[in-house]
Amino acid sequence: MSGPMIEVRNLTRAFGPVTAVNGISFSVARGEVFGLVGPDGAGKTTTLRMLCGLMDPTSGEMRVAGFDTVTQTEQVKDHIGYMAQKFGLYGDLTVEENMRFYADLFGITGQDCEDLMANLLKMTRMEPFRARPAAKLSGGMKQKLALMCTLLHRPQILFLDEPTNGVDPVSRRDFWAILYQLVKDGLTVMVTTAYLDEAERCDRVALMHQGKFLLMDTPQVLRESLPEVCYELRGDDMRSVRDRLRQLPSVSHVELAGNSVHVFLRAGERETELFAAVPGASFRKVLPSLEDVFISTVRNAGAARDAA
Amino acid sequence: MISFRRTRAMARKEFLHILRDSRSLYLALMLPVVQLILFGYALSLDVDRIPILLFDQDRSPQSREMLAQFRGSRFFTVLGDIESYQPGEYAITSGTAMAVLVVPRRFGEDLAAGKQVPVQLLLDGSDSNTASIALGYARAMVAGYSNQLRTEYQIRNGAGEIKPPVDPQIRVMFNSELKSKNYIVPGLIAVILMILASMLTSLAIAREWENGTMEELLSTPVRASELALGKLSAYFILGALDTVTIVLAGVYFFGVPLRGSALVLGISAGIFLFGAMSWGLMLSAITRNQLQANQLGLLSSFLPAFLLSGFVYAIDSMPALPRFMTYIVPARYFVAMMKGVFLKGVGMELLWGEGLLLLLYATVVFVILTRKLRQKIA
Repeated sequence: MSGPMIEVRNLTRAFGPVTAVNGISFSVARGEVFGLVGPDGAGKTTTLRMLCGLMDPTSGEMRVAGFDTVTQTEQVKDHIGYMAQKFGLYGDLTVEENMRFYADLFGITGQDCEDLMANLLKMTRMEPFRARPAAKLSGGMKQKLALMCTLLHRPQILFLDEPTNGVDPVSRRDFWAILYQLVKDGLTVMVTTAYLDEAERCDRVALMHQGKFLLMDTPQVLRESLPEVCYELRGDDMRSVRDRLRQLPSVSHVELAGNSVHVFLRAGERETELFAAVPGASFRKVLPSLEDVFISTVRNAGAARDAA
Repeated sequence: MISFRRTRAMARKEFLHILRDSRSLYLALMLPVVQLILFGYALSLDVDRIPILLFDQDRSPQSREMLAQFRGSRFFTVLGDIESYQPGEYAITSGTAMAVLVVPRRFGEDLAAGKQVPVQLLLDGSDSNTASIALGYARAMVAGYSNQLRTEYQIRNGAGEIKPPVDPQIRVMFNSELKSKNYIVPGLIAVILMILASMLTSLAIAREWENGTMEELLSTPVRASELALGKLSAYFILGALDTVTIVLAGVYFFGVPLRGSALVLGISAGIFLFGAMSWGLMLSAITRNQLQANQLGLLSSFLPAFLLSGFVYAIDSMPALPRFMTYIVPARYFVAMMKGVFLKGVGMELLWGEGLLLLLYATVVFVILTRKLRQKIA
């Protein structure tokens, strides 16, 4: 199939007076990893559910794998894998039983099923746990099992809703390694996450806030997009340094990050005032992280709304 | 098109849940038998062994002869003889005796003189049903003795034996001993199956919602009807096992005769279980909450099945509104079928109407169930 794997136009979903998703449009190409980032309640899960045909939109159009999600839901379901925020596993069933159940639902049988299961178990290094009940797996293993269950029918598009929530860092890294391997074989992935380091791993990221996309681009472009210039300052007692820098008129805002601060200089302002404020300290010009970009964007959006 | 493979996958998965949850499994297999035994004994509607005190003021051969009838009857248990009213009144007030029979002074003398002699019966009317039955027994016994005396008197006076002008010949059909167990147990089986079926299934869909697995299922190609049929068939196996167990318990433990065909019994129980289980699943699909579904399941199965099925309370003697309500209670039709098969030994030639209505009920509930399951997340 040529053309985008996911295409969304003016998608809106209202729950009574609350508009959870408010007129978003985007498209995702084959083999792309598209990240949806935003605070809780931004509308990420609702967007994903609508794309999987689990929920109908109030208005707007969606095509997934070339099928309309409202009128051709059954075809859409054959082409997608969906991993809900709370992994849909049966705790009293073993790893293998969980996998066989989903394989049966998707019509994967016989040798084909055996091969696929063996491959997936090998790739995720879950072979030793075949006979273990899902409830007795660790968080990371549960997540891998859930992923395997959604991959059994070789979907073209994978929808992952905060897949690494509550999973340890090592398992998270494993999880992404598996994802990249699948993407190399042509899988398209749309993932929501609250972790900004995870967002950096995506080909393209959209920042969602109160039902709208505030930003959407590659992580690199987004990091370069801030009009403010970012300086990093390391040292002790950064809390008081932050409070001092905040007073400066040329500084837009200051973010504390461990034993360093990121200072954002307003566009067009000179550094002299800033450097003079903390004598003897070494300032380093850095590319802001995605986190910096998102926090500053969300803050500006809030300020713009307050002014309006 | 319904896919057999997906339905079977659902059924197998659900059956694994049932097998793995051993505590619920034992409960599901044991509870019906326990319920049958408890209700079977407690719900005896037979009135016999009425505790009674005798106050013989006369102490004549005639009074002793009449009281001997009470002493020998299985309907009365004579607690003792008293010498005054006081202990009798006390016994009735405290509940140790149900009745006191008082034979007046000069009973024998007056009888011999051919006078009409009153006999007094004191009764505890606080349980009016039992009291009126006790009254009936006592009246019949006194009347019997009185007839006997009159006949003897007439023979002695050379008038010959005069038979009563009308002699009712009674034959009780289907439950000739009029044992209440015989009609309670078949109805009880219906009530227990109704409770069991809706309780078992009321958790099955709500659990998927609470565990987050429902969202996953909705993203797969499985259809609402496959999901429902798969779950139903897993629980159906359990329900069928329970049916066999309590029918056997009814026949061998309570000695209720099974006069009709076991096949007809099985078919009607099958249709009934299908409807009752769909009902439980439907509640589960509507509430999406295990606790609520369970409570609703219990209320909506137990109360109507107990009160409005004709199991304990005769439908014909109900006021118009509840009598009308019984028509929408599936247990009503199943109770009728069970009594028909057990006691009357009739088959489908007479029960097809009830069978069809049960089938109609099951179909309607199943359709609502699949509608509810087809609904999206919000």
